[in-house]
Amino acid sequence: MSAIEKSPWLIHYDASSCNGCDIEVLACLTPMYDAERFGCIVTGDPKQADIFLITGSVNNLNIPVVKNIYEQMPEPKAVVAIGACAYSGGVFAECYNVQGGVAKVIPVDVYVPGCAAKPESILDGVVRAAQILAEKKKAMRKARRAARHAESPAQEAAK
Amino acid sequence: MKGYELYLAIAYLVLGPFVGGLIDGVSRKVTARLQGRVGPPIIQPFYDLRKLFSRKLDPVNSLQMPLVVSHFIFAVATGFLIFEGSDILLIIFVLTLAAIFLVLAAYSTGSPFSAIGADRELIMMTAYEPMVILTLVGFFKVAGSFHFGDIAAVGKPTILLLPGIFLGLVFVLIMKLRKSPFDISTSHHAHQELVKGLTADLGGPALGLVELADWYESVYLYGLVFLFFSWNPIAAVLGPLATYFIIILIDNVTARVKWELALTSAWIVAIVAGVGNLIPFYLIARVVH
Repeated sequence: MSAIEKSPWLIHYDASSCNGCDIEVLACLTPMYDAERFGCIVTGDPKQADIFLITGSVNNLNIPVVKNIYEQMPEPKAVVAIGACAYSGGVFAECYNVQGGVAKVIPVDVYVPGCAAKPESILDGVVRAAQILAEKKKAMRKARRAARHAESPAQEAAK
Repeated sequence: MKGYELYLAIAYLVLGPFVGGLIDGVSRKVTARLQGRVGPPIIQPFYDLRKLFSRKLDPVNSLQMPLVVSHFIFAVATGFLIFEGSDILLIIFVLTLAAIFLVLAAYSTGSPFSAIGADRELIMMTAYEPMVILTLVGFFKVAGSFHFGDIAAVGKPTILLLPGIFLGLVFVLIMKLRKSPFDISTSHHAHQELVKGLTADLGGPALGLVELADWYESVYLYGLVFLFFSWNPIAAVLGPLATYFIIILIDNVTARVKWELALTSAWIVAIVAGVGNLIPFYLIARVVH
């Protein structure tokens, strides 16, 4: 089991919409639902976060914020889009300033259904994101090894 | 005596991270049980540390990492010197230097959050340092020595001779361990007002080193608590454990204070309880001579 899977640190951001899902995210991080038993810590700091919990439909104003948070997070990272708005824009999809889904701005790994999403299903999303993180970590290691093997014959030829 | 102290210091270097990590893990578990939840496994801090060190090193600037490494080295050295029984002045200098390096690392990044965190850490240093000095002076008054081994083997109930000093030390321990209500510079819990404060611009291995330094620090700080109870084997076990539990309890039932209150209360406690406790020692010495 990868270390990252046992210690997924979270950052959460509400990209507009009705705020209901964000309240559920906060609820799922309180002692009541005990996200810490999976090793989760809410950092609020993108540099220390592994999983990005994002709610809302994303509008023109907060695109740079969403991208900024995502880009500051170190690899490997996972994005959990929570609620109907984060999937498609939800009831706000027709608004003039709404992007209609998180995936239009940053890549999403896990979708949590609901309007608003339940804390239990958000926790399930976090656990799945942790598994995806472990797979990404493994893929990164494999790619690095492959790159090293690809490099060595070239270096030998140079000698 | 000297040889035995060197072994103690080396044991601290080797076993420090394991003991410190367990201290952190158990406190997270106890906190969870106090809040009526299951909580993370006791070895969770080790998972966290392994993950942090598996991350790629990505410092904000070229200055940050040397400062963090210096913080780590001097934090470890403080404990080493305490257990090895070095000069008290040297210990105070090294303790201050370790904290200063972390503050400089936070200032170096240009993030407003870590700058405010660094400001607050400096305030905390001015708050806790007088009491740390008074504690070491108190030990000297009881044992006639600054050596850890001598103080531990003094055979007197230190806690009964230095109750004020002990109270003051527990007060500043909460600051040094960054527990609530004095976790104003950075916190292990979600810290909404300052993101992560002092450690806001540290990620991956850099944060891992700061965490590891914290573990080493908690070992020597509880080592100081142990000195108050060392005259009796049962007290030596129960005393530090009770202190540990009380600090976790305070962490859970108090809200974060403003820096003014943190600073003034720490100084009032240091002057009333700390100096007040030392005055009789000087008076008695005057009478005897």
